[in-house]
Amino acid sequence: MQIKVCGPGCTACEKAQKAVEAAVAAKGLNASVTKVSDFQEMAQLGIFSTPAVVINGEVKCVGRAPKQTEVEGWIS
Amino acid sequence: MKPIQSTGCDCSKTDPSLTMNTKNIHMGKGALTGLLGFTLWYLIYRQLEPFSHYFSYSLLGLERGSHLGEAIQFFVYDTPKVMMLLTLIVFVIGMIRSFFTQERTRKYLAGKRETAGNAMAALLGIVTPFCSCSAVPLFLGFVQAGIPLGVTFSFLIAAPMVNEIALILLYGLLGWKVAAIYLVSGLLIAIVAGWIIGRFKLEHWIEDWVQEMRAGEVVVVEEKLTWANRVERGREAVHDIVGKVWIYVVAGIGVGALIHGYVPEEFMASIMGKDAWWSVPAAVVVGIPMYSSAAGIVPVIEALLGKGAALGTVLAFMMSVIALSLPEMVILRKVLKPKLIAVFIAVVGTGILFTGYLFNLVI
Repeated sequence: MQIKVCGPGCTACEKAQKAVEAAVAAKGLNASVTKVSDFQEMAQLGIFSTPAVVINGEVKCVGRAPKQTEVEGWIS
Repeated sequence: MKPIQSTGCDCSKTDPSLTMNTKNIHMGKGALTGLLGFTLWYLIYRQLEPFSHYFSYSLLGLERGSHLGEAIQFFVYDTPKVMMLLTLIVFVIGMIRSFFTQERTRKYLAGKRETAGNAMAALLGIVTPFCSCSAVPLFLGFVQAGIPLGVTFSFLIAAPMVNEIALILLYGLLGWKVAAIYLVSGLLIAIVAGWIIGRFKLEHWIEDWVQEMRAGEVVVVEEKLTWANRVERGREAVHDIVGKVWIYVVAGIGVGALIHGYVPEEFMASIMGKDAWWSVPAAVVVGIPMYSSAAGIVPVIEALLGKGAALGTVLAFMMSVIALSLPEMVILRKVLKPKLIAVFIAVVGTGILFTGYLFNLVI
């Protein structure tokens, strides 16, 4: 599973990153979590507000940090 | 500038897994709880001032009018007052913001003509969730949607400048007139400055890669939210924002209390008063590199005004502190050439300067 967390690195983006990592750990999944901080790459994904979470190429949330339980719902 | 073509259609992707299906059965009960909570909030709020007098002058036995007594009473009154106002407002704004997403704002603004677009962008700047680090993606999204540069700037200026927290704190601490002046002048600066930047036709000062950008299809994640979800968003906002800014608020009130207790009356009149013509530009120049959250700066402003500083000067100081911040400039540098950033600072700075002088003149 490919999970991308998009954000330049402000507190909200770090929160999103932590929620995703915690969800992956809680579900015991073998997923690669990468951080996208390049604006050009985000634009190519169609993301114009941060933070955003992309799972297997599908944008799951834009413009806010999701909660761990939400992420667990997306990846299970 | 040629608007960057969207490669796909503008159909929106909706993800069914995001639809939250919490039933709204307890709607009436929720509204009642809200009303009761607000009544309780109001009753406590009304007791804060008598309590601060009792605490400082009876319990601690400090002398009325003494430096220490005045400073402590100011601190004991203002800290809970500001924190209570802040909590209420952040909660309400958090709920309101669940109605406005950046995607929706972009959709409203796309295809708007310049002057009306500037006004609308400035208004949307107040209610759309925004933090300075999301300024760049937002800018890219606006450019891609073909929104004129001037309209985009009206949004980028209004979003930090007309801060809802500052607005409510000004209302709570200084009354509705000051709050209204701040709101109207902030909006006007955003509208006029954006319009002027639009007139200059500075699109070639956007970084080249932005102009050549071939972006993917804009993804819109539509969420269906129930009232319970919106209340939850409000609660999250309180947890996030109040949890983060309370320390600045307390520090701000601390500085305010010291000014209130120890700085002699009318001391500020000579430095920041109406007659000191140079005080407005000085306030702006000092304010630009400073960066404080709006919640921290308002108590300082209240104390300065109480000591004879002129309203225009103080407002100019506050606006330049919160609207023109160094971190935001550094981030915007990724998409704007330095010349455009300089124009941005110059136009907004001039607007703030003008507002400062205007209010010193009329009030």
